[in-house]
Amino acid sequence: MSKALLQIENLKTSFYTQNGEVQAVRGINLELRAGEALGIVGESGSGKSVMSMSVLRLLPDNAKIKEGKISFNGKVISVLSKKEIRVIRGKDIAMVFQDPMSSLNPLISVGEQVAEMIRIHYPKTGKTEMRSRVLELFHLVKIPEPEKRYKNLPHEFSGGMRQRVMIALALACKPDILIADEPTTALDVTIQAQILKLLANLQKELGMSILFITHDLGVVMQLCSRAIVMYGGMKMEEGSMEDLFLHSRHPYTMGLIRSIPKIGQDKSVPLQPILGSPPDMLNPPAGCPFAPRCPYARKICASQVPPYTAIKNHHFSACWLVTEDAPATNNPFAQSSTTA
Amino acid sequence: MKLLEVKNLIKHFPVKNHKGQVVHAVDDVSFHINEGETLGLVGESGCGKSTCARTIIRIYDPTGGEIIFDGQNLATLSQRELKPIRKNMQMIFQDPYTSLNGRMTVRDIIAEPLIAHKIGNSQKERHEMVAQMLKQVGLNTEHGTRYAHEFSGGQRQRIGIARALILKPKLVICDEPISALDVSIQAQIINLLTEFQQKEKLTYLFIAHDLSVVEYISDHVGVMYLGKLVELSESKELYKNPLHPYTQGLLASIPALDIHAGKITDKAEMSGDLPSPISLPSGCRFCGRCPYAKKICAEAEPPMKEAAPGHMVACYLYS
Repeated sequence: MSKALLQIENLKTSFYTQNGEVQAVRGINLELRAGEALGIVGESGSGKSVMSMSVLRLLPDNAKIKEGKISFNGKVISVLSKKEIRVIRGKDIAMVFQDPMSSLNPLISVGEQVAEMIRIHYPKTGKTEMRSRVLELFHLVKIPEPEKRYKNLPHEFSGGMRQRVMIALALACKPDILIADEPTTALDVTIQAQILKLLANLQKELGMSILFITHDLGVVMQLCSRAIVMYGGMKMEEGSMEDLFLHSRHPYTMGLIRSIPKIGQDKSVPLQPILGSPPDMLNPPAGCPFAPRCPYARKICASQVPPYTAIKNHHFSACWLVTEDAPATNNPFAQSSTTA
Repeated sequence: MKLLEVKNLIKHFPVKNHKGQVVHAVDDVSFHINEGETLGLVGESGCGKSTCARTIIRIYDPTGGEIIFDGQNLATLSQRELKPIRKNMQMIFQDPYTSLNGRMTVRDIIAEPLIAHKIGNSQKERHEMVAQMLKQVGLNTEHGTRYAHEFSGGQRQRIGIARALILKPKLVICDEPISALDVSIQAQIINLLTEFQQKEKLTYLFIAHDLSVVEYISDHVGVMYLGKLVELSESKELYKNPLHPYTQGLLASIPALDIHAGKITDKAEMSGDLPSPISLPSGCRFCGRCPYAKKICAEAEPPMKEAAPGHMVACYLYS
């Protein structure tokens, strides 16, 4: 196993609003290894985006990293000043955002926008070299006729093509890590498939690490070998795709998988939704954030945060039901733990 | 029995500052829905599925074609003549954040259709009907005095459903009713919609881009591409045996929630983007992206034909 390229330790990020402190991220630990694609799955409000924004310090003014350490390549980056983090942002760690329509400057040609990225980090690049580098990037992300497209404005591109420009922009300085925050959510399925394929190929070709943030379990499975399921600002479960989909040891992950209709599913059987709604992060539950919606919740779940328990190699679950002294009744994991 | 029949429906929008040019939003679309059944319409953004729904309910005036609802052609009626019919066709919108008036209480929002159609003799009677409706969609009577912003997305969508169903319509048009909701909430709303359908014998026109949801909820599914209906069949059959190359590509693009299914990143992708709906390609509209395109495909538009019993497809591969 290669060493961790990006390490997040006990990260806590909060927003300070008129109504009080919104605890968006509540103690996240994660390791992104060199060359791997790690998925972060969660619903809106689970803290997945805030976590990634914390890494690059792209948080709004009312948000603050309360606690925790973020290190990149062994160097602690969470203590860097705003100026110092800028050197890393875009160059070593780059980001692709959800909405390609609003992330590009509508008044500057796409070629110039990509060139600007190179200019900021490598100001000594000559004009012709810059242009050929941009065209190379456009070629890499499979934008047809790059030379013709260089001068186009973002509105002359379709959604999928704009997302390709965003990816070119992110790859401009050959980053070690690409953080992709819901990069395909705004796109149609056929275009989504194109972009996923592009990202998978790029990752193989360039050997980068990808932190892939999404709410779509299916998308994660396409691209990532390992994923973390987040809920209420915390990690619920972590493991390989097989661990999560076939041998899940957390009621939230199981509930998510069950609530999505699969093609060919029997229509006479109603879907099994997760009842209730996500927690209010102004007053997060004292115990497990999922406890109020969990069909297996017990007394202890509401009062104490469950420990992050290792199921087997690299498969972890934060649930009282997988701990050693969990009861055997009303426990979906009681016997099945031997068959896994 | 057919509740809704759409015959050769056309909706073109004029393009500003370009005289004579039109956006071909819906072009010659025909289908029908039987009473108590659900027809799903799928397709990528811009394929005309929402325009089609909005034209059926006459938010837009059709450019051509017939909309036969309950034996009456709506396409030629005036807005005044439409009003009593609208009581029987209601709509649930995609965005539960913008489709509810933020300055009205939930009770007023749900009572509004009653007032518009002069149902209920007194406010008290209407409020009682609203309270009952709230209960049916899984909310409390006390929720009625609150405002929309006090609710989560899933609850707001329940309010939208209550507003649509309080008139006891025959046809409900659901325009992407779950795509703005979180995954864990989507199943709640789908179950609510299917429960109501069984209880009230509702007929749904269900529009969505999420193919697995459409398969689950629909009896028949129509696939649209650039304003055209390219395939129409019984839902199970369509997913098991997709005929049109576009449907095949669309199904192959779904990131499957099955660890044993092949990854889309290993499959051949559907290349290219949608062409402009203003200057359409001659012939089949999909032919520029189609891996099986023949010479004839670029020359003339393929007609809709029955390729298998009850399975209609507009493609030259099957004629």
